Parts: sequence; structure tokens; C-alpha cells
Amino acid sequence: MTDRALSVVRAGALTTVQDLGRPGHAHLGVPHSGALDGPAHRLANRLVGNPASAATLETTLTGCAVRLRTAATVAVTGAPCPVTVDGRPAPWGAPVPVPAGAVLEAGTATHGLRAYLAVAGGIDAEPVLGSRATDLLSGLGPDPLADGAVLPLGSPYGPPAAADAVPHAGPAAELVLPFLPGPRDDWFTAAGLRTLAAGRFRVSAASNRIGLRTEGPALERARDGELASEGMPLGALQVPPNGLPVLFLHDHPTTGGYPVVGVVPERFLAAAAQAAPGTPVRFARIGRRSRPAARPS
Amino acid sequence: MTSQGAGAATDGAGRPSLTTLPVGDHGLLIELPTPRDVEALHAELLRRAAAGTLPAVREMVPAARTVFLDGLADPSALAAELAGWRVPPPTADDRPAVELPVHYDGPDLAEVAALWGMSADEVVRLHSGTTFRVAFCGFAPGFGYLTGLPAHLHVPRRESPRTRVPVGSVGLAGAYTGIYPRSSPGGWQLIGRTDAVLWDPRREPAALLAPGTPVRFVPADATVPTPRTAPSRTDRAPEEPAR
Repeated sequence: MTDRALSVVRAGALTTVQDLGRPGHAHLGVPHSGALDGPAHRLANRLVGNPASAATLETTLTGCAVRLRTAATVAVTGAPCPVTVDGRPAPWGAPVPVPAGAVLEAGTATHGLRAYLAVAGGIDAEPVLGSRATDLLSGLGPDPLADGAVLPLGSPYGPPAAADAVPHAGPAAELVLPFLPGPRDDWFTAAGLRTLAAGRFRVSAASNRIGLRTEGPALERARDGELASEGMPLGALQVPPNGLPVLFLHDHPTTGGYPVVGVVPERFLAAAAQAAPGTPVRFARIGRRSRPAARPS
Repeated sequence: MTSQGAGAATDGAGRPSLTTLPVGDHGLLIELPTPRDVEALHAELLRRAAAGTLPAVREMVPAARTVFLDGLADPSALAAELAGWRVPPPTADDRPAVELPVHYDGPDLAEVAALWGMSADEVVRLHSGTTFRVAFCGFAPGFGYLTGLPAHLHVPRRESPRTRVPVGSVGLAGAYTGIYPRSSPGGWQLIGRTDAVLWDPRREPAALLAPGTPVRFVPADATVPTPRTAPSRTDRAPEEPAR
């Protein structure tokens, strides 16, 4: 085994290898996958001199700890958390030189949910359809990290980019999800659509990389039954029979038979990736209804 | 491109009867009257993509009654353009069918035989005598929804899905037959299994079945074996002929 590797000391609640995903294969049933907080993934890579396409580690709430077999520059972004090298505090959101054999730890997030750990050279796992991302729905890409696992590292690309200040708005106390109505908003009554716009929802603990599930008032349907299966976009607000919207994240199924009441544009999904269970959620319509209002039933 | 005449749901000039729905900022869902129209429009979209006359698109997902396009710079421009397209009806696929050897010994074979009102042998003959086509994919990488069975042979999903369906299981549900590319939960009626590898990311192409692929099932055994866990169906009369 080459020295260019890291070993997993503490895998954390769920740590996966992520990159920009494998778009373009939805017609074969392959999800987009990739980092849920794209801006944080890109920033971590930039801080260590990697291109945006390099693979990082995406942690969930409790962080992770890795031992580097070779000296390398590392950066942690995304959900703010304590960062240590062999137990000594190190900066979050900045390039950190880590000596060979030292343990870099990203601790439990102080707020937000998902941290991104980039190593100069990137995680050099075997690509599948051009991506190293772990896809939890279909099982493509590397397995989620386990204690003791060893991951190969690529060669550093070049000197880290200088960054004087790391822009980071931080997860808000409330998650506001702007959405464009449709394509199946006519499957809901006017009252159901008012519920979506005015209801008090929370992020459900059942959320994962496939979807952000919500708890709250059920949306009233104008028609029963299921659609014939149709293509599902990233950011879809799909409403299963229980009436509670599920926001489709990067590992979502590529087709589905429940109506999509609206679509959250991709630029707002990073905020959703950082919303911990229990976070209040508000849906904000940012366009006209796609069709005339359905009749109230 | 030449128009060979109007399809089932086109006007006299071969223009498709379709509805477009915006999906977010960059998506377009195109609704069509029949699966045949979906097939025709999908083929036309692929032709135009290959010819470089289709705007750049990230995903193109045909389904039962729709084609979904995502990653378009200007979905409304394409929607406006679509109305004037001439779409030839789907042509007979001259590609040889992908042949999948099947052991017809699934746990729901007797159940399906009862639903179809025929013997298990006849189910095997009918299923293996049908040329299917991949209408669309989804559910899992490499899982194709295969159409070809007439409407009176559509069967419901199992009332209680299995928590684990073995890899390679050949199942039926609704209008479709399909093969599980990997072990997963599932509610389809299982009539057999195949050793064919439906999905291998190290292979090019990774998916054995893509939208439009013709498929035939070939019995792998000389005789139909007894189903592994044949449910008792003596309470049903299987004599009623299929419509």
C-alpha cells in the first residue's frame, strides 16, 4: 500500500466520499449523487489546491477522524465544528498542514449538519461512471466510511489557493425553501397549496441524502391515485400519500409516481443539506402556479 | 429525417399532440397521450441530440407517459419549438433483442398463473414468447420497465412487498415486467430468475438494458420446475381463459 492514503480512526455517524456526482445517467436509473452542500465541497477543495471535481469526505453531525499516512494540507468546511490535529486546535475553514502519522479530527458540528474534509490530492477511490461519490440509494461508489478503513489519496494538484476570509452565512435558525410551483401542483386543492405556503413544518429525523423529509400539516389532494411514473428532478417537492412534502436531494430516485407540487432550485439545496432534524421549515413560492388553480374538493 | 405518416396521436402533419409543463428553473416535462408517442418523441430527441440540433441537456428521462428533460438553459424556448416538430412514428427496432435466460421457478409463478387463468407452463410460454421493450428505467441502476404484455395480463403488485428480493429475480407488476439488478425490497410478482448481469459499472455500457432496448426471455430449463414455494391456489379456478 502506498503512503498516499489515510486511515479512518473514527468514521462518525455517516461519512461518505463525495464529489460533483454522476449527472447524465438518470435514464438508466442512476441518481445524480455528489456533495449535498456543493459550495462547501468546492471551498474545501479550493483551500487545499484541488479542482472542484476532487473527492472530499462529507460527514454527518458527529464529524470524523482520520490518520494521514503522508504529510498533506487539509481543510474542513461546511457545518462549523472544532478541528484538531493530534488533539491540538486547528482552524476551521482554512488550509491546515497535517504531518505524516497525525490524526485530523472534525468534531461534532456546533450548528448545521454536514462538514466537508478535503485533503490535497483528493480521495482517490475507484470512480464509477466518472464519479467517486457514494450513492446511498443505489449503492454505487465507495462504501460509507467504517473505522479502520483505508482510503487512497491522489497526488497534490498544486499550491493551495490563498483565502483570506471564508464566506459562510451559517445555517439559519429556520430553513426557507423557495420553490417554483409544478409540475403537478394541480393534484392539490387550493387549501392544500395554502397549507404548503403557510404551514409550519419541521425537518424530520427520517431525512437522509435521498430526501429531506418534513413533519407538519398534510397537503390536501385534489385527486386520488398515483401518477404513471415520471422523471424526478433534483429539488423536487414530492408529496407521498401522507401529504408531507419530501425534498429530493442528490441520491433521490430518478423516476417516481407521487406528484411533485414544486421544485426547489439547485442553488437553495445547500441550505437544506445543513438543516438538522427539528429545524423549522417554511416553503416560499417564487413563481406563478403552473396552471389554473385546481378546484377545491 | 422523413415523416412516415402520422402516429397515433399526431396531427395530419406528424406534429405531436403534447403538453409541456415547466419543472423548476431548467426542466421541462413533456406529456404525451400514449407510450407509443413517448417512444416516438424520445427517439426524435435522441436523433436531434446526435445531430447537434437539440439544446444542451443534462438529463433526458423517458417514462410511461412523459419525457423529462433537465438542465436546459431555456426550457420555454424548447417548449415553443416542440409544437412545430414533425415526429415520425416509432419504427420497428431492427436491433436483435437482448436474450435473457430465465429459470421459471419464481415463488409467485402459481399466483400469476392463477391471475392469468392458465397453467404455469402456459405462463412460461407466453412470457418467453413475447418481445418486450425497455420503456424506461428507474428504481435502481439497470432496472428497466419492460412493456409488451397485453392489458388483460397486467397483474397487481403483491399486497405486502418482500423485504428482500434476490438479485436476478424476474417479476411482473402492472403493465411491466422487470429484472432486479441487485437484491432489494420489492413488491413485484416473481416468476423466475436470471443469471444475466443487468448492471456492471466496470462494463461498457454498464446497463444491459437502456430505454428502447428489445428484450426476449428464454427458458433456461427444459421443463418448468415446481415453484420453490408454491402457494396453494386450489381455492381458485384457473380454468377461466384469458380474455
